[in-house]
Amino acid sequence: MEKQKNVVSTGIKVKKSGTDRVFDFFLYLIAFIIILIVLYPMYFILIASVSNPADVSAGNIVFLPKGINFKGYRKLAEYSQLWVGYKNTILYTAAGTVISLIVNIPAAYALSRKDLCGKKLFTVFYLIPMFFTGGLIPTYLVVKDFGLLNSFWVMVLPFSVITYYIIVARTFFNNSIPGDLWEAAQIDGCGNLNFFFRIVLPLSKAVIAVIALWTAVGQWNSYFNALIYLRSPELQPLQLVLRNILISNQTISSMATGAAAVEAKQMADLIKYAIIVISSAPIMCMYPFVQKYFNQGVMLGSLKG
Amino acid sequence: MSGKTAAIKKKQQTYVPQVSLWKRISRSGSLYLLMLPSLVIMFLFTYIPMYGVVIAFKDFTPAEGIMGSAWAGMKYFKQYFNSYQFWTTIKNTLIISIYSIIVTFPLPIVLALMCNQMAAKRFKKFFQVSTYLPHFISTVVMCGMIILFLSPSHGIIAKLLSYIGITLPNLMGQASAFSSIYVWTEAWQHVGWDSILYIAALSAVDPSLYEAATMDGASKWQKLVNIDVPMLLPTATIMFILRTGSIMSVGFEKVYLLQNTLNSSASEIISTYVYKMGLVSNQYSLSAAIGFFNNIINLALLLSVNFISKKMSDTSLI
Repeated sequence: MEKQKNVVSTGIKVKKSGTDRVFDFFLYLIAFIIILIVLYPMYFILIASVSNPADVSAGNIVFLPKGINFKGYRKLAEYSQLWVGYKNTILYTAAGTVISLIVNIPAAYALSRKDLCGKKLFTVFYLIPMFFTGGLIPTYLVVKDFGLLNSFWVMVLPFSVITYYIIVARTFFNNSIPGDLWEAAQIDGCGNLNFFFRIVLPLSKAVIAVIALWTAVGQWNSYFNALIYLRSPELQPLQLVLRNILISNQTISSMATGAAAVEAKQMADLIKYAIIVISSAPIMCMYPFVQKYFNQGVMLGSLKG
Repeated sequence: MSGKTAAIKKKQQTYVPQVSLWKRISRSGSLYLLMLPSLVIMFLFTYIPMYGVVIAFKDFTPAEGIMGSAWAGMKYFKQYFNSYQFWTTIKNTLIISIYSIIVTFPLPIVLALMCNQMAAKRFKKFFQVSTYLPHFISTVVMCGMIILFLSPSHGIIAKLLSYIGITLPNLMGQASAFSSIYVWTEAWQHVGWDSILYIAALSAVDPSLYEAATMDGASKWQKLVNIDVPMLLPTATIMFILRTGSIMSVGFEKVYLLQNTLNSSASEIISTYVYKMGLVSNQYSLSAAIGFFNNIINLALLLSVNFISKKMSDTSLI
């Protein structure tokens, strides 16, 4: 089509494509700069984590790693608290995701059914916490009263119901499970539960994936609940261990003085770079493969159910 | 039950509502079962704490419990309103959140508009994936990166600046730099992700609009200004209204991690203050009162923006 038009009105078209060419030039230039700004810090962390610590702190590392070595990573291998945190986070993530699916998905399906008696009432029940909550201290006291303080379950159970997830899943069910399907199943003598587990769930893999991924990423990256409700080191998740090293500057190796102190400081920085890579790698590597689910989720969230 | 009798029953139900209510409840029985786990958890850990808010009006001591503690009236609210931290925390919360809106509200729109103009499919894909990526960095790692990069002695930014003769001051130790650090790193991390919504809105634009514009000799820039921008306005309006509704609630996590004694005059916000009063100093009632006060303001803001957005666009949370 473009070609055709060129033939029809050559004079104007040449001028037009001229301004469009300038537009494209700036578009791609700015896009390239944005990509650079976004990716460079992550790239820098990666190359710094495998470089010679002295070069990193002297600022000699800009584009390529220097004196490639894995000292930082080897130091991390000795740091048992990190691996305890890693193990805990994997457990919290796995259990949290399963529980989140068990509580949110069936509730969303029930709410999507037009014949649910008291639908309005239940919807309001789920919505109120979006507008008003008890706040930090009252919630803390309740968790304490239930004896959940400093336990595995506090990380996966009390805050597993998320209204936003229920709304997203409900929107999905409204849009993708036709009402006729239930009527047809009913005629065949199929009950609600049978219908949900045998027919609805197999048709809902997309939304299950969305909710599972959101919960998993949330669990992996969260530190707030752990900070408030956990005390013992053996329960701490990865993010809390990271906080101690990255923010509170808790050192792994013992203190030293003089030249050894300088080296220790350099080593501490190197360890920080390595620990960032180690802790973020699982999610970063997984992301490109599951990207489409995340996008779907955002779309569902923007639709009104 | 066969379909026919069900249909007849349905008809009867519409005439005899008293019977139908029971019937309908019992027929929804197993649906309630599906909701049960979430109802119980939400009741225990969200609704009971709502009742626990009464400790804001009591002299709460753990020994006497929520019920047993003596009433204190508005004592703790007054204590907060009269404390020197009152205006500091409100001012800091507002500065950070307004600054955030100014920066992180328009940028995703710009990104989506750019994305929509890219004809090179592969490049566009790469652009999208790389701008989404930082969203998955955890808050702790993000703050660790900020502190590492901004270090005046070892940080990469200080080194890069030193090549052009600029000495980087210790930004983490300057109260005046805090909001900028917070907001611009927030932009770096989430702008790409936030643009997804706008990209989706743009993908719904009827292609014939572009074709017609091309026929009329419109340049790319003209198409962007006259087609894309108006198409994004409804979505943008709603997003803006929702953002203003949460203006008094700045997230705890990142501010708390970036806080230090040097910048605390600019970084003490309501949520960090609630945490410190409550769980560090164990002043439960005072902390609950501050939290309650903040919650009420948030509620009022949310309800009013919800009302406005309902009026303007038929879109609302409720």
